[in-house]
Amino acid sequence: MKRLAAGTELDGFRIGACLHAGGMAHIYEVTYADERAAPFAMVMKVPRMTAGDGAENIVGFEVEHQILQVLHGTHVPRFVAAGDLVSLPYLVMEHVQGLTLQQVLDAHTHDLTRATVPEMAQLGAAIARAAHSLHQQNTCHLDLKPANVLLHPDGHAVLLDFGLSCHAHYPDLLAEELRKAVGSPAWIAPEQVVGVRGDPRSDIFAIGVMLYELATGELPFGNPQTNGGMRQRLWMDPTPPRRLRDDLPEWFQEVVLRCLEPEAAKRYPSAAHLAFDLEHPEQIKVTQRGQQIQGTPFFTHVKRWLKAAGMHYQPSPLPSQQIDEVPILMVAVPHHDVSDATLYSLRQAVARSLGIRPGARLAVVTVISPNLSSTSEHDKSETTLHRQYRTMLQQWAQPLDLDDHQTSYHVLEASDVANALVRYAEGNNVSMIVMGAATHGLQMQRFVATVPIKVAMEAPCTVILVKQSLPFELLNSSS
Amino acid sequence: MKYALLSDIHSNLHALDACLAHAQTQGVERIAILGDLVSYGAFPSEVVARCQALQDEGAVVVRGNHEELVQMHNVNTPNPSLGSQTAQWTHDQLSPAQRFWLETLPLTERVDQLFFVHASADAPERWRYVEDERIAGLSLDAACSHPDVRYVFGGHVHHQSLYYRGTGRQLMAFKPTAGVPIPTPKHRQWIATIGSVGQPRDGNPRVMYAVFDSTSAKLTFHRVAYDHRAAASAVREAGLPEFFALRLETGK
Repeated sequence: MKRLAAGTELDGFRIGACLHAGGMAHIYEVTYADERAAPFAMVMKVPRMTAGDGAENIVGFEVEHQILQVLHGTHVPRFVAAGDLVSLPYLVMEHVQGLTLQQVLDAHTHDLTRATVPEMAQLGAAIARAAHSLHQQNTCHLDLKPANVLLHPDGHAVLLDFGLSCHAHYPDLLAEELRKAVGSPAWIAPEQVVGVRGDPRSDIFAIGVMLYELATGELPFGNPQTNGGMRQRLWMDPTPPRRLRDDLPEWFQEVVLRCLEPEAAKRYPSAAHLAFDLEHPEQIKVTQRGQQIQGTPFFTHVKRWLKAAGMHYQPSPLPSQQIDEVPILMVAVPHHDVSDATLYSLRQAVARSLGIRPGARLAVVTVISPNLSSTSEHDKSETTLHRQYRTMLQQWAQPLDLDDHQTSYHVLEASDVANALVRYAEGNNVSMIVMGAATHGLQMQRFVATVPIKVAMEAPCTVILVKQSLPFELLNSSS
Repeated sequence: MKYALLSDIHSNLHALDACLAHAQTQGVERIAILGDLVSYGAFPSEVVARCQALQDEGAVVVRGNHEELVQMHNVNTPNPSLGSQTAQWTHDQLSPAQRFWLETLPLTERVDQLFFVHASADAPERWRYVEDERIAGLSLDAACSHPDVRYVFGGHVHHQSLYYRGTGRQLMAFKPTAGVPIPTPKHRQWIATIGSVGQPRDGNPRVMYAVFDSTSAKLTFHRVAYDHRAAASAVREAGLPEFFALRLETGK
C-alpha cells in the first residue's frame, strides 16, 4: 500500500506521523478516528504489499498478523486491531516507549564507550526473561536482534516484530520442504541455518550474539551474505570475548559462549536458566569455556565441521513442553528449629523431583531474619553470616547427586519468610517449590495462615509440601 | 457460517450424540457428515436415522466406502473376516430404505468455498487415503479445479491433520492441537482430514471432529469425551467381534 498521509482515516483509526518507512511496511502513529481516548499510545503497521499480490513478502506480515493476536504479557506490544489480510491488511498495536537495544548500541559506538558488565548482565537477563515468556506461550521469536528488542524505562524488555516467528499451535507458513535458512544472518542460530524452526534455544543463541556485540562491539560470526558464510557457525567458535576486551570477567564469557554453542543441546536449556545465571553471576561455575583466551584449536573445528556436514532438519516438540522439561526447582531449607528427619525428607523429595528431570536446575534457598546481622560485630557481619548459612545449605545438599543439575545456594534476608520465598520464585521463573509442611507450622494452620499455606496460596508455580515420613520414626515406634 | 465437520461415525450413537451436543455449544449453524456412517458399531439403524433427520434440516451428507460395503448380503464364506462379519450384521440391521438412502448419497459436495469428500477428491470412488503431503496435494488440486474452492474436508484416515502450502511448492503437513482455533485465511488453499467421530485410532478414545468458521476463517479441531465404555459394551452385547469393542475402549 502507498504511504498514507497524516490525517487519513482507515478503518476507524486516524493516521498520524509516519515513524518508520521500511522495505516491508510503514509504521504510523494512530489514534481512534472517533476521538475516543485510547488507554495507551498506538501504532499501525501497514505492509507495502497485499496478500492479493501473491508475493512472498506478505508472508511475514501474515505470520505476525496470526501470532501477535494471541500473545499476551508485558514482553510483547499489546494487540489492538487487525484488518482483513486480503482487502485491508494492517495491525494496530501498543506503541511501547523506550529505546531499542540497537539505539543503546549506537549510543555506545558514538560515545566510544562500552556497556559495563552489570549493565550487560541486567540487559541480558531482561531479554532472556522476555524470551522465556514467549516460549511459555509456545512461540519462538527466531529473529531476535538489537533492532527488535525494546528496553522499557522500567527495565523490562519488550520483543518486537514477529514476522519470522513460529507458533507451535499454527501451521508454520515460512516452513518449506527445502528447509531454507530464515532469519537475520548476523544473529541466526546454526539450526535455523539448516531450516529448523521452532527450537526455543535458537533464541538463546541470538541473545548470546547480542551480549557478545554489547561487550565487544563486534559480531561473533560477522554479517555473512551467503548461505555458506552462515553455515560457519555450525562448527566454528567465535573469538573469546575476553580476548577482545580484557576487563570482562570469566563468568561473563562463560555465559556468552554457552549461549553460542553450535549444538543447541549444549546451550542453556531454557531462557529462564540464562536469566538466572545473569542474575547470580557469583554462582556461575566457570569452565574452560569462560577462561580461554586463545580460541578453539583448528583440529576441533575440523571435527565439528565434519559433524555439521551431516546436520539436518528435525521437527521440534512444543516449545512450552521443551522448557517444562528443564524447570528451575527451588527448595526452601529451614535453618533453625528443624529436625534431622525433616531435612532428610526434604532431600528425598528434591532427589525424586530432580531424578525424573535431567537438566533441571536447583536453587537451594534459606531465609534469615535481618536482625541476625550486625554491622559492628565481625562474626555477625553480613558476609560472614551469609557464608555460614551458605555452607550449611551446601552441607545439606551434599548427599544429592547433582552431576546433571546446575545448583546454586542463596541466603535471603527478610522478616516475612513466605513473602521472600514467593518473590524469589517469581523473580527467577521458578517452576516448583519444595518446602517442609510441618516445619513452618502446619499444625497452626487453623488459626493463622502459616508460611507453607501462604506460599502455596501465593506462589506463581507448583508447591510441594513435604511431610516427615521417616525411617527414623518407624524405627523408634517399633522399638 | 459455522460448520461442524463429522466423519467416520461408524454406527457409534454414543459418540455421535456427544459430538452433536458439543457442536451445539460451539454455535454451529450447519453440519457436514463426510461418510462412513455405518459398520463396526452397535447402532447402524439409529445413526442412519439421526443423519437422515440432520439432512432434512440442511446437513450435507456424502458417501463413504462402508456405505457400499453394507450393501452386500448373504456372503457365506467359511472364515469371514472381521470386516465382512460386521458388514453382514450391519446390512441386516438396516431397513432396505435406509440402505437405499446410503447407496444413493453423493460422493462429493461443494458449498461455496468448501469441498466435502470422504477420501481423496481426485478419485473419490477409489477411496484413497489422504495420509501424506503428496496425496493431499492431488486431492486439493482436483477439488480446486473449481475456482471457488479454498477448503477441502475429508475423513477416512481416522486422524486429524491439516495440510497447507508453505513458501515452497509442496504441501506441508501440520498436526493440530485440539481446541485451538487455527487461522486458515481464504487466500490460501487448505485440506484437512478431520478424524473419526466413532472410532478414533490414535490411542485416545475421545471423539474427533472439527468446526470451521467461514466468517473468521478459523478451523478448530476438537476432541470430546463420551461414554466410550457404554459404546464398547453395546458392541459386545450385539455379538459383534471383541476387537471392535476393545478398539473403542483403548482408542487404538
